[in-house]
Amino acid sequence: MADVIEVGAARGDAPPRAGRTRRRSATQRGHRATPYLFLAPYLVLFLAFGLAPILFGVWISLHQWDLQLPNRPFVGLGNYRDLFSSDSAIYGDWWSSVRATGIFTLFATPLLVVVPLGLALLLNRSFPGRTFFRAAFFAPYVLGVAVIGLLWRFLLDANLGLVNRLLGAVGLPSDTPWVTDVPWAWVSLVGVTVWWTCGFNAVIYLAGLQDIPAELYEAARVDGANGWERFRHVTLPGLRPVLLFVLTTTILASANVFGQAFLITQGAPGEQTRTVVWRIVDEGLRDYDVGRSAAMSVLFALMLAVVSVVNFRLFRHQED
Amino acid sequence: MISNEMSRRRLLGYGVGLGAAATLTLAGCGGGSSSPGGSAAGGNGGKDYTGPKVDLKLWNGFTGGDGDIFKKLVEQFNGEHKNIAVSVVTYEWQDYYSKLPGAVSSGNGPDIAVMHMDQLATFAARGVITELDDVAKALQLSEGDFAPTVWKGGLYNDKRYGIPLDMHPLGFYYNKAVMQKAGLDPNKPPTTKDEFTAALAELKKSGVQGFWVSPFQFTGGMTFYSLLHQWGGTLFDGDVAKATFNSDQGVEACTWLVDMIKQGYSPANVGQDADYLALKSGKNAFNFNGIWQINDLKKSADVQWGVAPLPQLGTKQAVWANSHNFTIVKQRGADANKVSGAKVFINWLSEHSLDWAKGGQVPARKTVRESADFKALTEVNALAPELEYAAFPPAVPGLGEVMITFYNAFNEAALGKKTPKQALDDGAAKADKQLADNRKKYGS
Repeated sequence: MADVIEVGAARGDAPPRAGRTRRRSATQRGHRATPYLFLAPYLVLFLAFGLAPILFGVWISLHQWDLQLPNRPFVGLGNYRDLFSSDSAIYGDWWSSVRATGIFTLFATPLLVVVPLGLALLLNRSFPGRTFFRAAFFAPYVLGVAVIGLLWRFLLDANLGLVNRLLGAVGLPSDTPWVTDVPWAWVSLVGVTVWWTCGFNAVIYLAGLQDIPAELYEAARVDGANGWERFRHVTLPGLRPVLLFVLTTTILASANVFGQAFLITQGAPGEQTRTVVWRIVDEGLRDYDVGRSAAMSVLFALMLAVVSVVNFRLFRHQED
Repeated sequence: MISNEMSRRRLLGYGVGLGAAATLTLAGCGGGSSSPGGSAAGGNGGKDYTGPKVDLKLWNGFTGGDGDIFKKLVEQFNGEHKNIAVSVVTYEWQDYYSKLPGAVSSGNGPDIAVMHMDQLATFAARGVITELDDVAKALQLSEGDFAPTVWKGGLYNDKRYGIPLDMHPLGFYYNKAVMQKAGLDPNKPPTTKDEFTAALAELKKSGVQGFWVSPFQFTGGMTFYSLLHQWGGTLFDGDVAKATFNSDQGVEACTWLVDMIKQGYSPANVGQDADYLALKSGKNAFNFNGIWQINDLKKSADVQWGVAPLPQLGTKQAVWANSHNFTIVKQRGADANKVSGAKVFINWLSEHSLDWAKGGQVPARKTVRESADFKALTEVNALAPELEYAAFPPAVPGLGEVMITFYNAFNEAALGKKTPKQALDDGAAKADKQLADNRKKYGS
């Protein structure tokens, strides 16, 4: 059991008491500015490229802001009010894009958390050809979104695409509108994204799995635990930090979906698959309303912050 | 003089009213004494340039086969003009329009920019490009030298901002092999509504869905745009204050197109580019598509195809079209020599637009269009008559997003999500709000 505590300590979860006091006294002996000097390079970068742009973005969101127009009148919360008032031109577009992003995230995230886990468990066993399969599942991830977007747009085409032709060949309906009608468009977008990115999460799970000491499995086996019990009581707790990481990054990545919808469904039908990031880009870079675009970004960031906080809370409760 | 220079730069940098900035720039060109590098070289609006050597940056979006032809033309120009060096930067159109404003406001913009006609008003109102009335005057270019539709399209608030290079309309492509198989004369594509529907009925008998209606802007939306005007409708009212594409004519034209699907002449749920791929692979017979497909079809040796002006399906002839225009980009510190060098380039390229036509565009310049050399470009020449009745969008700033609304309304109708009337009414209501927002923003 001593081993387990050591593993936790290495990750910084619960540093041994002795270490902590020793470190503190070292700091007291050195100059008080030392830690800040060590932090300084990152702090400068963070202030210049992190915090300052964020604050500037918030400032922009309070204006009617166009890069070229001579006057950029201060409108206070006007841009935000437009997003919430049903008679503004942007209201419908904005909430339909929030809805689109929500639907995508809701369906993509569970799949992108569970499927790669199963994959990682399989690929973690030793069997001939394991390296090949690891590479095969990771391979799509290295392709750019433009490549997979165009590829699947043609494969999924309702009238000319290979997918419908194959379905027809085995006696299934061959006229499914994969890219032009909901819910099929969502099935396509989520499916393509899972195929495209599940290799990445699987690799992270694999690394996490290899971190779980083999002794634990052995001890569990000695205690008479079956496969499912070993998974529940050894694998899952061992993977918890990895799971939290995968879940959080997957939610954020899914919420940022843009390229797949842009290339595969082109927002169809109507604007139903036009996502938030796409809308922000359009508003700022196509219609040049940077103020409104910034307001959308701020609001969207707040939404994601809330989701992430809830996510962390849930995990902490589980640990208690 | 220094204070004069300073204040002008500051005014331009901080952005003054469009008219004021333009006046200052022009004053800088003609005034001579106030321009750095001296000489009145900038004064003649582009006939020739005798000043010190200038380097000009040119941005465009010609990423296809037209890009190579364009670069060759620029090389030729550079060879013939020792004191002007033009360097070309190419982006995808979509990237191009989103990069340009940032580049210009940070002082890294190009000197010359190629721009679609429907973008001119937006960029003029936003003070990105300068007036070119003096170029037109100095080069003695007038409406008579171009097709009136294209020439007027370069105006915004009665001032010229673009010198048109070409026009690219929709064309009517037909697959001769498929027509022949259905017993139709492959050398006589239908020209009227009756002929068109009769041909579709024949094709249907031979098991071919002849005319695929794409729900997307490329090219179903553009087809509807054309038919809306053929039925006598318009996109907007005269002041571009209200959307009118949901008029009776608009609904009728849209219904006619959507009925193509109901009557089985087109499959439902046609994907992006599927209409064109079907034409090439002999799965349909007719496709309304951009003139830019000519070069692609020429490369496909096994496809027997022809191209003609759009048939007249409504009460009059009309066709969607757009046009590439040359514009001169405003600089923070206006260099009169660069401006006059740019004007020389624009004029030279306009005169050499026959070579450009080989890239698959109808040249805007009349002399070029009427030359025997152009007539020898059979396919492109076949679409030249459309220039007379091409329907360009009105010159109003911020129209891009409103057009997206228009195309999305058609998308919903073509995909059967809404009836044509409902889709167009909803789209028009949204477009009205967008137009009102734009008026507030651009103050027109």
